[in-house]
Amino acid sequence: MDLTAILQILESTIRMSTPLLFACLAGLYSERAGVIDMGLEGKMLAAAFAGAAAAAVTGSAAAGVLAGIGAALILSAIHGLASITFRGNQLISGVAINFFASGLTIVLGASWFGQGGQTPALSEGRLAQTPLLDLFGIEDSPLLELFLGHGTLVYVALAAVPFTWWLLYRTRFGLRLRAVGENPAAVDTAGVSVAQLRYAAVGITAVLCGLAGVYMSMGLNTSFQREMTAGRGYIALAALIFAKWKPVPALGACLLFGFLDAISIRFQNIDLNGIGIPVVIPGQFTNALPFILTVIILAGFVGKAIPPRAGGEPYVKER
Amino acid sequence: MPSQANLGRQATAAPFAIELRGISKAFGPVQANRDINIAVPKGTIHGIIGENGAGKSTLMSILYGFYKADAGTILVGGVETAIPDSQSAIRAGIGMVFQHFKLVQNFTVLENIILGAEDGPWLGTSLARARRALADLSREYDLDVNPDAVVEDLSVGHQQRVEILKALYRQADILILDEPTGVLTPEEADHLFRILRGLRDQGKTVILITHKLREIMETTDNVSVMRRGTMVGTVKTAETNPEELAELMVGRKVLLQVDKDPANPGREVLRVENLRVMTEGVERLKGVSFSIRAGEIVGIAGVAGNGQSELLEALGGIAEATGRIVMNGVDLPLKGLNGQSRREAGIAHVPEDRQVLGLIMDFAAWENVGFGYQNDPKYQSGLFMNNGALRADTEAKMARFDVRPPIPTLAAKNFSGGNQQKIVVAREIERNPDLLLIGQPTRGVDIGAIEFIHKEIVALRDAGKAVLLVSVELDEIRSLSDRVLVMFDGQIMGERPPQTDERELGLLMAGMTETTA
Repeated sequence: MDLTAILQILESTIRMSTPLLFACLAGLYSERAGVIDMGLEGKMLAAAFAGAAAAAVTGSAAAGVLAGIGAALILSAIHGLASITFRGNQLISGVAINFFASGLTIVLGASWFGQGGQTPALSEGRLAQTPLLDLFGIEDSPLLELFLGHGTLVYVALAAVPFTWWLLYRTRFGLRLRAVGENPAAVDTAGVSVAQLRYAAVGITAVLCGLAGVYMSMGLNTSFQREMTAGRGYIALAALIFAKWKPVPALGACLLFGFLDAISIRFQNIDLNGIGIPVVIPGQFTNALPFILTVIILAGFVGKAIPPRAGGEPYVKER
Repeated sequence: MPSQANLGRQATAAPFAIELRGISKAFGPVQANRDINIAVPKGTIHGIIGENGAGKSTLMSILYGFYKADAGTILVGGVETAIPDSQSAIRAGIGMVFQHFKLVQNFTVLENIILGAEDGPWLGTSLARARRALADLSREYDLDVNPDAVVEDLSVGHQQRVEILKALYRQADILILDEPTGVLTPEEADHLFRILRGLRDQGKTVILITHKLREIMETTDNVSVMRRGTMVGTVKTAETNPEELAELMVGRKVLLQVDKDPANPGREVLRVENLRVMTEGVERLKGVSFSIRAGEIVGIAGVAGNGQSELLEALGGIAEATGRIVMNGVDLPLKGLNGQSRREAGIAHVPEDRQVLGLIMDFAAWENVGFGYQNDPKYQSGLFMNNGALRADTEAKMARFDVRPPIPTLAAKNFSGGNQQKIVVAREIERNPDLLLIGQPTRGVDIGAIEFIHKEIVALRDAGKAVLLVSVELDEIRSLSDRVLVMFDGQIMGERPPQTDERELGLLMAGMTETTA
């Protein structure tokens, strides 16, 4: 394996990690506020569809991004209404949103564009692939491309990590957000609205899910394809647990999953004969790596992860 | 008193810190508060006493903006004040310390204190100001807490201080404490009362809600008594006595002392030899030996967590042990246990924590009455349970033990603490066991129900049965027991007659024997 290949894998890692990172941070806001969100997957998918569809129709990437965020916000509002206002079961609401998004994107796609659930391939409506390289006029420099050769959303995702840390640990909003996920009664008796805080968190979750979705359909790809998020919403939840609901470890966890993704794209079959072992690892195995890691994480092999204490519990005022 | 003149001057401007006029509140068909009038003078400790469900907590929740009263007005410092939410209560200078603390467990003390009372959007300045304010408050009121400690690492007593500091940091002039000593050790409770007196002497007004007469007598200036949603009277504490208050609370004469004849012990029922229990690698019970005879109540005194729970669990067949347990002359197994074999040996167990070990809270009363005795032939009908018989039996038990409401189909969680305990006690005592193990029989139980449960325990003794009583309430141990064993650090420090004075027992409970004391 030469240097170029390694650089390509690393570059691919960053690209594949970006939607995971958006989704993982999205989950972080929601779960830190005590609202479990199984619907990350559905929101990403809806955003990917709405973004690609709007961009295809208008020819504007900005319209696509806004449409994607809008779609995620609508689904988040449903989740918020069900789990905050009506104190329903958060898991069921999240799963329902996933089913809903999975079905609706295909039906609408088929009905609007007649391409079997796909949206038309984007040309001018696609997100700029290498805005920084274009800006500085850099060409043919694999090392610089590794750092500068990504779309704007990649840098937004990376910047969201320190920003989230700062918001959580250095601001009033963050203090209250963390408190409402641990003990909403403490927030309520302190005279702060539990519902408002949770809706704010769920709203941030929607924006981040929207960015994850549009990055997939308008950045990584040129169109929406059915089920294109392929379980990344769930992988993001696993990364969130792996990261113990903390923003900086979330970056590490998402890079790890992204790396496994990059490996599986790069190598279909890994032939170990080259290093003296007469075994060929089949591509199915490398494809399964992220899920194997997920199982290991969820089985608790990487240390005890203590979730926010009020997670999943609707807040009911009591004497 | 130097503050007296000061009080007099304030009295003309604002005679009362809090005045409630005609407060009523109903939850559906239940009238929790009916036309409540109460006036709390500034700079006093005012007790509100009443049985569970008398409406004390509802009244205070209205005052703190948690509930909206159906009728009536609230005056704070002589000014009519609307309190639609907690924020308004805080603004009006009212602070509340709830029975179950409203703290974020994994936050530091400082973070808990500023939560909801931050100076601005950035935390840095808020934390710095709170740190300075906290240092002042700690000095002023003897409220010593490390501001950087994480709350879950603090003892319950210290967590309560954080709650008080939270209220003071929000400039509360009126502090409401709801059953503050329920979770405290006696020493922690004494410290709390010192703090409250200090607050009063600094001109703060304290409202203390409790059902413990002793606390009222020790700390309050005035006391208001509630019964079934109404205010039955307010008296000066100095001019009343526990018997009068108990009568006001319950609405009939209550026997505060247990009325019992001297014990008439017979044969040995239980003998325990060198009993040891390990939990999570730590020896909690370190070689305990004693015996109980028929017709006597043996009380185990001690501060919670000194091996009493492990003793009960070993005897009740819940925890594995080493040593010997001899019941009616037969060795009982100490490993590979189940409670069933203990029941068959004639042991009944009223566990310390009724909500965890005694009841399944979501199950109906009649199902709970059947637990442990579900194989009793009288509850069977061929291959099936005879639920009708079980329900009828539950109704009979409820009638005999005056469980309210007497509805067998009601879930256990919907009964008050005292009535839950009556269900457990009825289930175990009605089995007519040779030995009754009973832990904290009256924790969180109303004064009327306490009297009843105590009578039942004595009646069982008089019927020639053996009783092992474990309680952290020294008064209860002394008034019920025929012999008192004092436990400390997993060992029995000594045996004393129940008349032994409190100080001597207290020293033994702290691990000091005559030689060291």
